[in-house]
Amino acid sequence: MPEITRETVQKIARLANLNLTGVEQDTYAGQLEKILEYVHKLNQLDTTGVPQTSHALPLQDVWREDVVTPSLDRDEVLAEAPDPSGGCFRVPRIIE
Amino acid sequence: MEYSTLSAVDIRERVVRGELKAEDLCRAVLDRIRALNPQLKIFLAVDEAGSLAAAREVDRKRAAGEVLGPLAGVPITLKDNLCTKNFSTTCASKILDGWKPPYNATVVERLKAAGAVLMGKANMDEFAMGSSCENSAFHPTFNPWNPAYVVGGSSGGSAAAVAAGITPLALGSDTGGSIRQPAALCGVMGFKPTYGRVSRYGLMAFASSLDQIGPFAYSAEDAALLMSVISGHDERDSTSAEIDVPDYRAQLSGGLKGLKVGLPKEYYGEGLDPEVRAALETAKQVWRAAGAEFVEVSLPHTEYCLAAYYLVATAEASSNLARYDGVQYGLRGEGGHLLAMYGATRAQGFGPEVKRRIMLGTYALSAGYYDAYYKKALQVRTLIQRDFNAALKQCDLILTPTSPTPAFKLGERMDDPLTMYLSDIYTISVNLAGLPGLSVPCGFTSQGLPMGLQIIGPAFAEAKLLQAAHAYQAQTGWHKRRPVL
Repeated sequence: MPEITRETVQKIARLANLNLTGVEQDTYAGQLEKILEYVHKLNQLDTTGVPQTSHALPLQDVWREDVVTPSLDRDEVLAEAPDPSGGCFRVPRIIE
Repeated sequence: MEYSTLSAVDIRERVVRGELKAEDLCRAVLDRIRALNPQLKIFLAVDEAGSLAAAREVDRKRAAGEVLGPLAGVPITLKDNLCTKNFSTTCASKILDGWKPPYNATVVERLKAAGAVLMGKANMDEFAMGSSCENSAFHPTFNPWNPAYVVGGSSGGSAAAVAAGITPLALGSDTGGSIRQPAALCGVMGFKPTYGRVSRYGLMAFASSLDQIGPFAYSAEDAALLMSVISGHDERDSTSAEIDVPDYRAQLSGGLKGLKVGLPKEYYGEGLDPEVRAALETAKQVWRAAGAEFVEVSLPHTEYCLAAYYLVATAEASSNLARYDGVQYGLRGEGGHLLAMYGATRAQGFGPEVKRRIMLGTYALSAGYYDAYYKKALQVRTLIQRDFNAALKQCDLILTPTSPTPAFKLGERMDDPLTMYLSDIYTISVNLAGLPGLSVPCGFTSQGLPMGLQIIGPAFAEAKLLQAAHAYQAQTGWHKRRPVL
C-alpha cells in the first residue's frame, strides 16, 4: 500500500482546492496513512465479479414534462453573495 | 408554564381543544431555551420572531374555526443543516456563518404546513461529520444527563433538545448513525427512515447515497406522528420514493407477539461495553415476555462496514463539499486569483475533521487509487446489502445495540479519528444497505447515563419498527425518565 508522504498530501490538497499549512500537511499525512491502513482490510475480500452498489435503491431515470416554473429570485440569491455585481457573482481574476 | 413532559400528541390535542394557547406554549419554550442554553449549548440560533408568529397563526386558525394541522402548535427543533428561508443555516461551519438560505427544505415546508412551531437550529458536528458534536466550529453541546459527557453526533443538538424537554420533537439527519447514536447517548428515540422515505431537498448534502432525515422524540407515538408529516415523494428530490405514506400513528398497535427477531452474532462480540450488553440482555427478556421469538442471524461482512463506509462517505463528501468555494454564498477568503481564493476560502472555512474527510475522499477518488479504494468499497457495499437481505429472510426485524458504549467524556476521543469513527460501528451498515433503523432507550448505566437499542427492518417497513418500539415502551419506563435540570 502507498505511503502517504508530504508530497502526496500536497497533491491531494491541490486537487481539493484546500490550502494546508505545513503542520496540517504533516498531521494529515500521519492520520491518512493510519486510516488507509485500516481500510486496507477490504482487500482481504475477493470481490471478483461483485457488482458495485452506488445507491441503496434500485432507481431508474424518469421523464417529466418540460414545464417552466419559477426559479429562485435573483435579488434574494445575490443578497447572500460575497461580492455581487451587476446581477452576477464577481470573482477574482481567472486568467493571468 | 411547565410543559416539558408533554408529548407532541398531547400538545396538539390541548391546542385543538382550546386548553392550551400555542403562543403561551411558545413563550414557555423560549423561556426554557433561555434558561438551559447557556449551560447546555444546544442551539446555534433561536427563531423568536418566527416561532411566535407561527404560534399566533395556530391560535388565530383555532379561533376562526379553521382546520388545524397534525402538528398544530407543537414546538420542534431543527438540525442546522436543514435550510430555513431567511434564517441562519450554518451546518455548524465557519464557511456558512451568517448565511441565510433563499429557500426552505421540503421537510421545513411540510412542518410549517402541518402547523408546527419551528423554534430554531440545533448544534451539530460540522457538515454532520462527527460522533460527538465536538466538531462544531462554534462550541460543543453538553449532555443533559451529565454535562461532562458528549451528546453524540452528528445530530447531537437535536437529540439534546428533546432530552432536555425543550421541544418534544426534533429533526436530524443520519449518514452513518447521526440520528441513532446521539439518541442513544441522550436517552431519546431516534429514527433513520429507509433511504428515499423522506425528501432530502434542502438538506445540505454530506454523502448523498447515505443521508436521510429523521425524527427525535421521547415516544414511538410522537415519532410516528412526525414521520407521517415528513415522509413521501417530492419532485425536487429524484431519490425520494413514490411509495404511499401510511398513518404511522394509527398503525402502532401491532405488538411484539409472534415477531421473529434476528440477533446478528457479529454485533454482540468484542468491543461492546458490559453495561450496554447487560441492558440488551434485559431488553431481550422484555421482548421475549411480550411474545417475540429470537433467532441468531449472521451479517458476515460486519467487520468491513466501517472501512467501506469511510471510503464511500468521504468520496461523496469530497465531491459534495466542492460547492463551498466562496463564489455564490458564505465565506470568501483573500486571493489574487480565482484558484488562490478557492484555496484560502476553504482553508479558513472548514474545520479539521471536514478537511481530513475531504482529503481522504479526494485521495480515494484520485487517478491510480480509484479502483483500489472507491470501487472496492462499492463492491463491498453490495456484499453488506446481501448480508442484510439474507438475514431479513430469516426474521422480521433485527435487534442490536445502537452504540458500543454509553456517552464518553468531552475531549476523550478527539485526538484519534479512528476511535471516534468506531462509535458508529453498529449503525453505519444500515445506511450502506439503505434500511430503516431506530434507536430506543433501553436503560441507564451505573453512572446514570442512558443507553439505546437499535431495531433494523426491511426497506419501507417503518410502521413495523415503530410498532415494535411502541410495544417495548409500553413494557418499560425508560423513555419516561428525564434528566434533572
